[in-house]
Amino acid sequence: MFDDLRELYQEVILDHGRNPRNFRHANNATCSAHGNNPLCGDMLVVYLCLDDDGVIEDAAFQGQGCAISVASASMMTEILKGKTKAEAERLFSAFHKMCTSGDFDIAAAAECDADAVERLQMLSGVREFPVRVKCATLAWHTMDAAVKGQQDVSTE
Amino acid sequence: MNKDTNVVEIRHGVNSTTTFDVERIRADFPILDQSVYGKPLVYFDNGASAQKPRQVIDAMNDIMETNYSNVHRGVHALSQRSTEAYEAVRGKVARFFNAASENEIVFCRGGTEAINVVAYAYGRKFLSAGDEIVISHMEHHSNIVPWQMLRDEIGIVLRVAPIDDDGNFLLDDYEKLLSDKTKLVAMTHVSNALGTIVPIAEVIRLAHDHGARALVDGCQAVQHGAVDMQALDVDFYVFSSHKLYGPTGIGVLYGKEELLNSMPPFMGGGDMITSVSFEKTEFQQAPLRFEAGTPSIVEAIGMGAALDYLDAIGVDNISAHEEGILHYATERLSQVEGLKIIGQASDKAAIISFIMDGVHAHDIGTIIDRAGVAVRVGHHCAQPVMERFGIAATARASFGLYNTPTEVDTLVEALGAVREFFG
Repeated sequence: MFDDLRELYQEVILDHGRNPRNFRHANNATCSAHGNNPLCGDMLVVYLCLDDDGVIEDAAFQGQGCAISVASASMMTEILKGKTKAEAERLFSAFHKMCTSGDFDIAAAAECDADAVERLQMLSGVREFPVRVKCATLAWHTMDAAVKGQQDVSTE
Repeated sequence: MNKDTNVVEIRHGVNSTTTFDVERIRADFPILDQSVYGKPLVYFDNGASAQKPRQVIDAMNDIMETNYSNVHRGVHALSQRSTEAYEAVRGKVARFFNAASENEIVFCRGGTEAINVVAYAYGRKFLSAGDEIVISHMEHHSNIVPWQMLRDEIGIVLRVAPIDDDGNFLLDDYEKLLSDKTKLVAMTHVSNALGTIVPIAEVIRLAHDHGARALVDGCQAVQHGAVDMQALDVDFYVFSSHKLYGPTGIGVLYGKEELLNSMPPFMGGGDMITSVSFEKTEFQQAPLRFEAGTPSIVEAIGMGAALDYLDAIGVDNISAHEEGILHYATERLSQVEGLKIIGQASDKAAIISFIMDGVHAHDIGTIIDRAGVAVRVGHHCAQPVMERFGIAATARASFGLYNTPTEVDTLVEALGAVREFFG
């Protein structure tokens, strides 16, 4: 009876929600941004350390939110390490489309390693919960703002 | 409470007993008879907006099918009938809340607009730099932001009356904030986030003792119990129709007549004037002074029908029924493992805010939605009080006259499913 819910709240997501990875301040961050979802009060800060070639050496976050937004942020920080700025942007765009459209081939669109795609696909259950898409994408919007040099982003 | 039949026996004094038949009341609300995700709808989001009985829906349809026209202008039959129906609601509101005169009933878009009218029209005329306004720690944003805007514009000072860890309003601490600088107390009657009933009569009396005016935000109060404007001796009282089983787009600013007439208009336009030339305009007296433009005619008539409906059931009967639900739900929810009720004031309206260990309110809301249960999750437009409790969000079940103990059981079961997911 709760099939959609089981699809959304997969064990991996619940685990990232409970024990978020890279949940810390990054002292050597070259850019950061605050993300805010006024609807539910979720707030995140995303920290990125980019090297001279635009490669993300470290990604971390802090803040509080629901299981979906925390898990998404946690998984994002793992995925981003070692990716270039351009790859990160492409992943964001592909992930966003995956969350909002019915049958979207994220593997083809992301042009990225299978591991990253697989992780992002774990959040595809959010498609059945339109009001929760903002939760899943908050961290990515915040990352996008950070690399573009914006301080704040709101998913309202 | 007899849980099997959802019938609550209500005792008035010693001798008389009325039966409140919740099933008959439910039959008046067409929207309740539906399933969501294959489960019977359990609507516990009444604090955000209540559902409408057939009587309200019919009254609104009826006016549009028979007597609708613009009000206060035409000499033709429909306009006269519309005006009569519209103005009759003013009388109903005045009687329902025991105002001294229907001239004290200003129609506006809702509670938020009503507070803004006072901030703008009363605040800008009668307050100046250094004057103090006292609010409470558990105000809705609509009773914080207008005063902050006024503060930033004219330099008044906002003081905040505290609450304790159970959400009780601290009357003594409030009294200590009052001084000859206090010009206005703007206070919620019932906290939308915690359910706390503020001892508002005392709050008003103390404000008056210090020469201050009192505005009360009754948006979460009027649907739960009887409110008497003259007994309270309140200066301004505001509420929205849509939380009172009426339509959206209409609400009431009650104000003492001489006070309203001492205030400049909030908006200029048609209907609020007695004469206009390019040199000079004469304004109407209250209430029309504050009702520029074509008002929400159909909505006002819907609000009137909602008041008639509540009158027929009896507001005291509704209070007693909801008290039963609140009591039962508090008991049941307290037994849910890892659940904590936020706001356990000794005097509460039928609102329960809660959090669960290790589960964000948003996830609670999503999961129980699939079990058919509608609650509000988030900060409830009351971020300062959330901060007071060190939390970002709660889930809130807010009960209405059509809710039943069986529905509370459904909520508790659904919370069991939340535990299954989150362990």
